[in-house]
Amino acid sequence: MIVDSIFVSMSVLLFTIIVLAGAFLAGLVGSLTGLGGGVIIIPLLTLVLGVDIHYAIGASIVSVIATSSGSAAAYVKEGITNIRIGMFLEIATTISAVIGAIITVYINPGYIAVIFGCILLFSAAMMVRKKVDHSDDKTTGILANFFKLNGSYPTAGGTVKYGVHNVVGGFIMMFVAGIISGLLGIGSGALKVVAMDNIMRLPFKVSTTTSNFMMGVTAAASAIVYLHRGQIDPGIAMPVTLGVLTGATVGSKLLVKTNTDKLKVIFAVVVTFLALQMIYNGLAGKL
Amino acid sequence: MGKHYFADKDIQVILGTLLRVGVIASMLVVFIGGLIYLSGYSREIIDYSVFNPSKTKYSSILAIFQGLSVLDGKAIIQFGTLLLIFTPVTRVVFSIFGFLIERDYLYVLIGVFVLCVILISLSNKLVG
Repeated sequence: MIVDSIFVSMSVLLFTIIVLAGAFLAGLVGSLTGLGGGVIIIPLLTLVLGVDIHYAIGASIVSVIATSSGSAAAYVKEGITNIRIGMFLEIATTISAVIGAIITVYINPGYIAVIFGCILLFSAAMMVRKKVDHSDDKTTGILANFFKLNGSYPTAGGTVKYGVHNVVGGFIMMFVAGIISGLLGIGSGALKVVAMDNIMRLPFKVSTTTSNFMMGVTAAASAIVYLHRGQIDPGIAMPVTLGVLTGATVGSKLLVKTNTDKLKVIFAVVVTFLALQMIYNGLAGKL
Repeated sequence: MGKHYFADKDIQVILGTLLRVGVIASMLVVFIGGLIYLSGYSREIIDYSVFNPSKTKYSSILAIFQGLSVLDGKAIIQFGTLLLIFTPVTRVVFSIFGFLIERDYLYVLIGVFVLCVILISLSNKLVG
């Protein structure tokens, strides 16, 4: 690639500045669109800066922990996280995240790029599609009752009760989301939404906060595996984490007063382009 | 609401604040480490085009602490990262105690299980 040759002899200082700026933008846009910073920083590092995808994955997972833990305080104040659902599903996501993190080096980097591209495409589609709330107050599920997963949350019109459906299906989908998270170093929020909104039919407010609650723990499980393998390089992880966290913090402040609908459509186009680039480069063996 | 520990919003807020403090503290360590790292290595040429596990010096907790004792910038960054990784893990530990107070032993068990998975991932043998 032509861009590779430009950056091939970059100094540590220049690299740090470029990655810091890129990570800031990734964090900002990731938080405004709800896509997360990891899915943007990995294409930036690999496609533009020619960084090996294994290093990019290691740096990205650290930024996932930072953003999810940093925003937990804000979410918790709203008091709608269902900690039981979170803990219960963490059984699936921590096991699968460790498995994903173990197998990732045995897979051809090209294939990882292709899988990454497919997840990007899926995330873009999920971002622009109209969300439908499937939640109801039927609390008859046997497993949901056994694990005490049904709950309630406060709204302006009083407390709303909700029932949890298809616990087995949600658990399996979460296992898949954890594998992808460990394999690619991303939060895989889009897959978690499928598990919680569509399969378990949780209300949006509960699924968003509970998914964020789980993300830090899930990412920590695979991050330790990455650290031991040497995939977390301080020279990359430092600018990525600082940049993404700062960008995400600014983004969450802007989010309150910005209408993001148009931004999401524009961004879906950009992400689709990045996804196709990742898939093309992966298939061509350039990554 | 008395017997439902986690319905108690105050405790959740404290827990959320603890997480934020953990993130800020670890980021501060990463930032300081970053400055030291840049002051020493800024003119060096980066080489990240091929993943080489043997090149990363600080890939174990022991190595990170050894590097810390000589104030190596890279080791300080890795230490900050380590603090960050353990921030959500402490939340699991707190949750286990919460469920214990609530006498919800099923969820104490689930919490301990999740914690064990994370502790197992600490083993070097998984990396191969």
